[in-house]
Amino acid sequence: MSVPACTVPLLEVQDLSVEFRTRGGLVRAVEHVSFQVARGETVGVVGESGSGKSVTALALLRILDPSARITSGRAVFGGLDLLAASEAELALQRGREISMIFQNPRTALNPIRPVGRQIGDVLLRHANVTRADVRRRAVELLARVQIPDPERRYAAYPFELSGGMCQRVMIALALACSPALLIADEPTTGLDVTTQATIMDLIRELAGRTRMATILITHDLALAAEHADRIVVMHAGHVVESAPTAALFANPRHPYTAKLIAATPQAAGGLEELAAIPGGLPDLTGELPPCRYHARCERYAPICDGPLPRAEVLPGHVVACAKPI
Amino acid sequence: MKPLLRLIGRRLAAALPGVVGVLVVTFLLMRALPGDPAAYFAGMAATREAIEQVRSRLGLDKSLPEQFVVYLRDLARGDLGQSVTTGQPVTRELATRLPASLELTLAALILAVGTALPLGVLAATRSGSWVDQLVRVLTTAGVSLPTFFTGLILVYVFYYLLGWAPSPMGRLDSLYPAPPRITGLYVVDALLAGDLEVARAALRQMALPAITMASFVLAPLARMTRASMLGVLASDFIRTARASGLSRGTVLYTYAFRNAMLPVITTLGMIFSFMLGANVLVEKVFAWPGVGSFALEALLASDYAPVQGFILTMAFLYVLLNLAVDILYGVIDPRVRIEG
Amino acid sequence: MTSATFRHVRHVVTENPVTLGAFVLFLLLLLLAVLGPALVPYDPLKTDTVNKLQPPSARHWFGTDQLGRDVLSRVVVATRLDLLIAFSAVTMSFIVGSLAGAAAGMWGGWTERVVSRVTDTIMAFPLFVLAMGIVAALGNTISNVVLATAVINLPFYARMARAEANVRREAGFVEAARLAGNGDVRVLAAHVYPNCLPPMMVQASLNLGWAMLNAAGLAFIGLGVRPPTPEWGILVAEGASFILSGEWWIALFPGLALMVAVFCFNLLGDGLRDIIDPRRRT
Repeated sequence: MSVPACTVPLLEVQDLSVEFRTRGGLVRAVEHVSFQVARGETVGVVGESGSGKSVTALALLRILDPSARITSGRAVFGGLDLLAASEAELALQRGREISMIFQNPRTALNPIRPVGRQIGDVLLRHANVTRADVRRRAVELLARVQIPDPERRYAAYPFELSGGMCQRVMIALALACSPALLIADEPTTGLDVTTQATIMDLIRELAGRTRMATILITHDLALAAEHADRIVVMHAGHVVESAPTAALFANPRHPYTAKLIAATPQAAGGLEELAAIPGGLPDLTGELPPCRYHARCERYAPICDGPLPRAEVLPGHVVACAKPI
Repeated sequence: MKPLLRLIGRRLAAALPGVVGVLVVTFLLMRALPGDPAAYFAGMAATREAIEQVRSRLGLDKSLPEQFVVYLRDLARGDLGQSVTTGQPVTRELATRLPASLELTLAALILAVGTALPLGVLAATRSGSWVDQLVRVLTTAGVSLPTFFTGLILVYVFYYLLGWAPSPMGRLDSLYPAPPRITGLYVVDALLAGDLEVARAALRQMALPAITMASFVLAPLARMTRASMLGVLASDFIRTARASGLSRGTVLYTYAFRNAMLPVITTLGMIFSFMLGANVLVEKVFAWPGVGSFALEALLASDYAPVQGFILTMAFLYVLLNLAVDILYGVIDPRVRIEG
Repeated sequence: MTSATFRHVRHVVTENPVTLGAFVLFLLLLLLAVLGPALVPYDPLKTDTVNKLQPPSARHWFGTDQLGRDVLSRVVVATRLDLLIAFSAVTMSFIVGSLAGAAAGMWGGWTERVVSRVTDTIMAFPLFVLAMGIVAALGNTISNVVLATAVINLPFYARMARAEANVRREAGFVEAARLAGNGDVRVLAAHVYPNCLPPMMVQASLNLGWAMLNAAGLAFIGLGVRPPTPEWGILVAEGASFILSGEWWIALFPGLALMVAVFCFNLLGDGLRDIIDPRRRT
């Protein structure tokens, strides 16, 4: 895990906010989210379920639910602001320069179409492939993600494959055109532990070959610790802390981060040593205080009711807290 | 390919009990007639000897199980009895008139599917818009329309008031000769014979009855298409397809539509059940010389052999159509081919 | 009804003015069915050939038919017969179908096989054709139309009841009741059956419209109802021959009445479904 040389970031997200219109009211699912991803870097986005991680990713690709609105922010990728770009411009990015893989790989694939043909669809759309050649290229890709007997598996349907194999197919789909950035949304959730490890290794290996950057979205801090160069911690739609992995674990500055680390099982420790985080995510409808963690925070003080500061306490280490540790 | 053939075989086997049920029920129905069945089959004007002749010929003097065997044997030979009112064998009458009903049903089906599916897809992709609202109103109203009433209203507006439609008196205006019979479908036969004018005339006659029949089934089809599309468009694999940057057309058609069609195909069974029955009503309103009007005239004249033949024909047609629907479903959805 | 149910019903009804409208319409139809014959201006059977084929006017709001009878009176009086046929058919179908289905779902085995075989056989026919056959076989009377309509509606209730009963059997509270010492029939009657009822009430309401269309269809082709009995289907049939010569009112008003009634039942069914099980909305 090397820190890349200082250069223009591949992706720079500034002040992204997304809100949803629901029956219950307006839900500000993501607010003022900022982070960067450098070329070749793996950034882990960590947080509880419902903290806005997936919404952020879907917003970048602009494939959110119709009831969602991006209310502010820029996401500059290769000179293009993804959040302001037209559909035509985005069509050149999706699947070609930026790809995404999802959790529950079996439901994320078309159930009535052979997996090889699904890969072929992406190739035909983005790569310069002739119809005669597309099957061969697709089989090549299946082989590259280490699916055994790729010739035969080309014609297989998702329901005929295991969860791990479906995830490999999705990776093949996403990497078909060698994108510069891969967004992996909980890629190992729902898979057994052994398969998890092999999938993550596969992603790392393939990313290394082409210097592809990865955004690894997960609720599993340990997974992020093992695979990410930098970690962005999210809570209730806010980025509360972001830092290089080692620095985050050595010196967490946000109370939530500290609690997360304490709640993460380490290989050596026992279950009794785990500390649960009290409370749950706040209800995101309606008006919310500037700091959305204050209800669960033991360090709460009246200063926390004021505007939420974002400070770079150390180079590359940003915290959003009025009373950092 | 092999799983598909096995699926077809399984579906054929599953259809058999239905066929048996149809045969038994039709047999019992026509033997349950109030009074003496033989008298009915012999006709109003029959003498005692004629009635006895009919009784022994149809085996009505034998026990019920033996009668059933005679019935099956006759059916196997294609003998559906004699129509008392026309004096012709029922099989021949039905064969002559079936293409008229089929042509009408086919036209109505094409019309219904061709309108309902795009409407449903449009309503789903523009959910919440005026198109969507309009489709929902139309579909709720559509299932309330009595078919025979729709037909009459259409005749009144388009024939009497506007003069656009021809007189609702059968398949072809008396000015035109019927095209040489190859399939029995006037439009197809006329086109095959190169006679565009007759084809046009036949289409004009068919317009209102086909629209009438289609109007009732439009509603459930559009409603189901819309609901199914909405569900599919919100699913995970569509999100993956969009994230992969596939074109809007590919996402909508190759990915969404094909998946959405599965529940719609299941609806087709109900659609066919309705259409095969609605034939009778539409043929009455438009004086269409199909099997429905034939059976109806026979029924009202207490001529029961044609009625039995009609019920058997429609039921078998329905079994075949359901089989076709099941197989179509298996073609599109590979998951059902594997099930035991 | 508990106060919670009442609040829920009131919420749905006020949220859904359309359902409220349908309910009011339903009450109006019931009123016409019960009081209709007493309220109409003319005797529906009284002919007056001097005044035949009159278009709608102040004297005859819906005009007169080919025998000079007042169309309005005939349409209103027909309400009773149409509603009666539909209600009787659906009630019969409901009771027999749901009991058979619930028994099949609960006991399985032979009961299930027999019930399945019967419903499958009914559904192997195009339903209107089967209804025609039944009326043809049993005789051309109104009660046979009711019977035929009931028979063709049976499968819906039987299947639904069987599915619901199955769910409850699997859910284990049949076991619990049995362990408490209740006999099977008692379990069925006291526990399983009442819980199957709510979704089937929705089905019944939706079915009422369909049953009405079927009965009217049979009457239109001359089965069941004989002239001069007023019934919407037969009234449309009587008016059909006059459409071509422009006397539209004889067929239009009974047809509209039929349409309105069916529409009302469909809306009511949708509204009921929202009250009882909003998840099933399409």
